[in-house]
Amino acid sequence: MESSEIIILAIIATSLATFISRFMGALTSEKVSVKSKIFQWFNCVAYSTLAALLGRMIIFPAGVLAESDVIIRIVVVLICVIIFIISKKNLVIPTVFSAILLSILS
Amino acid sequence: MINSKVFFQGLKSLKGSRSPAIPLAACFIALGALLKDAGFNIQQSAASSLFTYALPGQLVMAESLLVGASVINIFIAVWLVNFRLYPMTVSLFPLLNHVSQPKWKYYLSCHFLAVSSWLIAKDSYKKINKKHRIDFWIGIGIGTWSTAVLMTVIGYLAADYLNKDMLIGLAIVNPVYFFCMMIGAMKNLSISLAVILGTVLGPVIYLVSTEWALLFAGLIAGTIAFLFGEKNGK
Repeated sequence: MESSEIIILAIIATSLATFISRFMGALTSEKVSVKSKIFQWFNCVAYSTLAALLGRMIIFPAGVLAESDVIIRIVVVLICVIIFIISKKNLVIPTVFSAILLSILS
Repeated sequence: MINSKVFFQGLKSLKGSRSPAIPLAACFIALGALLKDAGFNIQQSAASSLFTYALPGQLVMAESLLVGASVINIFIAVWLVNFRLYPMTVSLFPLLNHVSQPKWKYYLSCHFLAVSSWLIAKDSYKKINKKHRIDFWIGIGIGTWSTAVLMTVIGYLAADYLNKDMLIGLAIVNPVYFFCMMIGAMKNLSISLAVILGTVLGPVIYLVSTEWALLFAGLIAGTIAFLFGEKNGK
């Protein structure tokens, strides 16, 4: 198979694998009431899964981020979270700062 | 068909001090550069963000292609890493539900579900009248989705001008933004516990199983947080 065919197949496979979860979620949502316990459970699982993904992205990243030092990554995240809290939850300052800080430190 | 006032209100969430535009730009520029590296042409790169629009899955796809994985393996790996979108949709869409709205809006707009749009919607849905929340969501979705596609193209075109240190700098922006948004969302006991346990369990379970880590960490941490919240009145 040609490499461009493989790329197109990979894009289709990735898009399908992603859309399945979203669409199943939309279908399940029709039967879930906001006041139910199952909704609260889904809410907790959603936040946990997201947090797990973030923890993994910082400790065991994919892509270029893997080439920086893990201690430096943790320090950058901690400093930026502190900036976020003391800047009354401004998100622009810590995000811009994080890129500059990690570029300098690595 | 779509309430344009509420739609633009959603679209405007791209502006201001809580804007997701900067982190989205940073990570999709980095992705565009990575896809060029992986041998994609510009149309394929744009199509990937247009049709997938979920960064961790796209990263898995690019890395799998580089090591020569089969299409079936890519499908499974992406499904596992993007399965988080299922509980995320179920914890958002019931909040947007209204009997007067047609179902196609929900079925199509679920494509916009990604971490950034989800966090914004969870943060601001209460301000919107229940009847029009889905239009608000479509506004957020169109804004974040089109930003992602545009920035992938820019990243692809700028790839030759970006050195490694700059790419590493761009790649940290997204996790930092998400962490800040999650800490902002820790308003009750069960959510706080869910976030803290998930952050710890994610990397720990990754040591045992790279592919199933997210699923198990999310289920275990989320269930503990839910039960704890139930017992202690949240």
